Amino acid sequence: MKPILEAIDVRKAYANHVALSGVSLAIPEGSIFGLLGPNGAGKTSLIRIITQITGADEGEIRFRGEKLNPAHIAQIGYLPEERGLYKKMKVGEQLLYLAQLRGLTKADATARIKQWLNRFEIKEWAGKNVEDLSKGMQQKVQFIATVLHQPSLIILDEPFSGFDPINANLIKDEILELRKQGATIIFSTHRMESVEEMCDNIALINRSRKVLDGPIEVIRNQFKTNTYEVEGVGKPIVTHPDFEVVEQKARENGHFYIRVQLHEGVRPNELLRYLINSAGIEVEAFREKIPSINEIFIRRVSETMPETLVEETV
Amino acid sequence: MASKFLLVAQREYLTRVRKRAFIVLTLAVPLLLAGFGVFVAKIASSDNDTTDVVEVRDDSGLNIASRLISTPQLRFETATGTLAEAKKGFQKAKHDGLVYLPAGLDVEKPTGVQFFGKGNISLKKQVAVETALNKAFSELKMQKSGLSQEQLDRLRSKVDLQAISLDETGKEADSNALATSGMSYALALAIYLFIFIYGVQIMRGVGEEKSSRIMEVMLSSVKPFDLMMGKIMGIAAVGLTQFLMWGLLSFGISSVVLPLVTKDDKPKTEVAATPTTAPGAAAADDEPRSAAATFDKTMEKQGQQSNPAGRLNIFSTLSNLPLGTILFGFIVYFLGGYLLYGALFGAVGAAVDDQTDTQQFMMPITMPLILSYIVGVSVILRNPDGPVAFWMSMIPFTSPIAMVIRLPFGVPMWQLALSIVLLILGFIGTVWVAARIYRVGILMYGKKVTYKELGKWMFYKG
Repeated sequence: MKPILEAIDVRKAYANHVALSGVSLAIPEGSIFGLLGPNGAGKTSLIRIITQITGADEGEIRFRGEKLNPAHIAQIGYLPEERGLYKKMKVGEQLLYLAQLRGLTKADATARIKQWLNRFEIKEWAGKNVEDLSKGMQQKVQFIATVLHQPSLIILDEPFSGFDPINANLIKDEILELRKQGATIIFSTHRMESVEEMCDNIALINRSRKVLDGPIEVIRNQFKTNTYEVEGVGKPIVTHPDFEVVEQKARENGHFYIRVQLHEGVRPNELLRYLINSAGIEVEAFREKIPSINEIFIRRVSETMPETLVEETV
Repeated sequence: MASKFLLVAQREYLTRVRKRAFIVLTLAVPLLLAGFGVFVAKIASSDNDTTDVVEVRDDSGLNIASRLISTPQLRFETATGTLAEAKKGFQKAKHDGLVYLPAGLDVEKPTGVQFFGKGNISLKKQVAVETALNKAFSELKMQKSGLSQEQLDRLRSKVDLQAISLDETGKEADSNALATSGMSYALALAIYLFIFIYGVQIMRGVGEEKSSRIMEVMLSSVKPFDLMMGKIMGIAAVGLTQFLMWGLLSFGISSVVLPLVTKDDKPKTEVAATPTTAPGAAAADDEPRSAAATFDKTMEKQGQQSNPAGRLNIFSTLSNLPLGTILFGFIVYFLGGYLLYGALFGAVGAAVDDQTDTQQFMMPITMPLILSYIVGVSVILRNPDGPVAFWMSMIPFTSPIAMVIRLPFGVPMWQLALSIVLLILGFIGTVWVAARIYRVGILMYGKKVTYKELGKWMFYKG
């Protein structure tokens, strides 16, 4: 799919440190993209360049093939990690103000605000001051402000930090709905596990550099180690040249958990057959161990820049 | 982008003028001013209207009593009866005092004259009685040395000093230092207050945006410069609205209420109803009034008779001032000074996390402002053409106040032009500096900022 956004060799340095060094990315249109990495890796710097809060020292950002310019502001929705609202302003007025700043006309904005407030069932809050709202309410308002102008690219920085579980689920559903309508979503987070089941594509960033990117399935397959998890009852004694037990846990009443690495070219069925037939084990669960993004990140970083791993793992 | 700037300014304006505090303050201040005006007018007129009556018991045989001259403020009456009776009598008659001239008074060396008063005797009353007695004794002595009554009458003179200012072209104009100074003082005070009150509002507004963490949301829509200038201009509009309302309301109240209160005192009513020349400057509205009141008192203190010509002199002075230049200059320095300081206040708001940290950065901003005000009303007002006045009206940080103080006294065109050019350069400079500090500072959290740090921010790339 054609990328909605491309970063080409982007560099950004501050007085005391380099935030981004030569980062290139392509974000496919209509996807959910995970921009992942530990705190301080450069995610927010990249986002601030995309949202035109700052500029890149070198390199270029292209939005639908065009060099990024102020006209694109109207097509981008941004929920920063540091999110807030004017406390002494009424909810309705605040949303109207933010929408107008994003280029919406007053009439359009008013109609959409009504729609969204109804949707989140907070219609009666429109006339209240923000400071009288609960935190959960404020979060809803912040989310509405982010998507009100129907941006084709929505950027959410640490989207679920600070959201209570109910709101987090609500927002997740809304994000999936927006994607269905054609929007592209960027999640930026250091809590990789919180978004990995939603992302189509990811990029891993560490210490100002991109360490890995691509479709999440491809990456996972790439990092598969042909390892399987087995749970069952019996004595898990594996003495076979094709398999190697890398982890073993005994549980109550003869139950156990093992993680078995298959040597190259060995099929999982061979392990299963061996366990049932030769080892005499009652198999209760058998599944491939799929590496989490977190594990992939650590492995990748330890391969490419091991010196940074100690201090920067999540 | 221009429309975003306007949106920001509009929000800043509307959220502020709709606040209850704004409305209350807008309505309350003119009422207070009017109340104060009424109070002053009342005091001044009651002071003028009452005549002190002093009885005289003359046992000296020199016929001093007949030589004491009564004025509208002080009337002498002959006491009846003995001294003891007279002492009781003047109190009974609710008169203000009794002068006792004992028998055997020496004309050359009049000692033993007594003045009895009700309770404590005011200095003003004592001086007035003394002056009258001195005059009476002098006349007596002069008559004794051979002058006729006719000659004495001719010797009495009353000087009314008319001050006339000459400008460079030799044109004459009535000059009344008090009216001119009053004008200067009012203009300076208006600018000083405006910069201070609304500059601090800018700072707090930026601080609020920062502490409520809305800054980044805003910045993804609006350029920092537009955000800063929108705020500065929006708040300026709030201030102008308030001053304009104060001016209009004060004028309205004073032209409706004051004539009712001081009906019998025509000239004062006129003074009270004088329209302001400076738009929106409430302080300016009040100043000529109190200046006039002070003026009245000054004349009284000098023991002169109330002189309507003196009041007219104020009007002719005011109308002879270079009003066009003053108005133009006031607007230029008002806006220029506000922009210059407003940008800096905005930068301070952006640089610090915590409102309590603002102190260390406020100092260098408020110092020149306070200094120019204090020096302005003390030194410049006394010597509006001196070197201090000149230099302070050139430096952009002090010129908004220093120059408006000089304006009513007349300022050479070249100085005014140079000062305005410098002010414009000055505010472009501070806005530039402030915008850079602002741009970096608004996204900087949890860091104690030092001056060194601020210096570095100047040179950060976008």
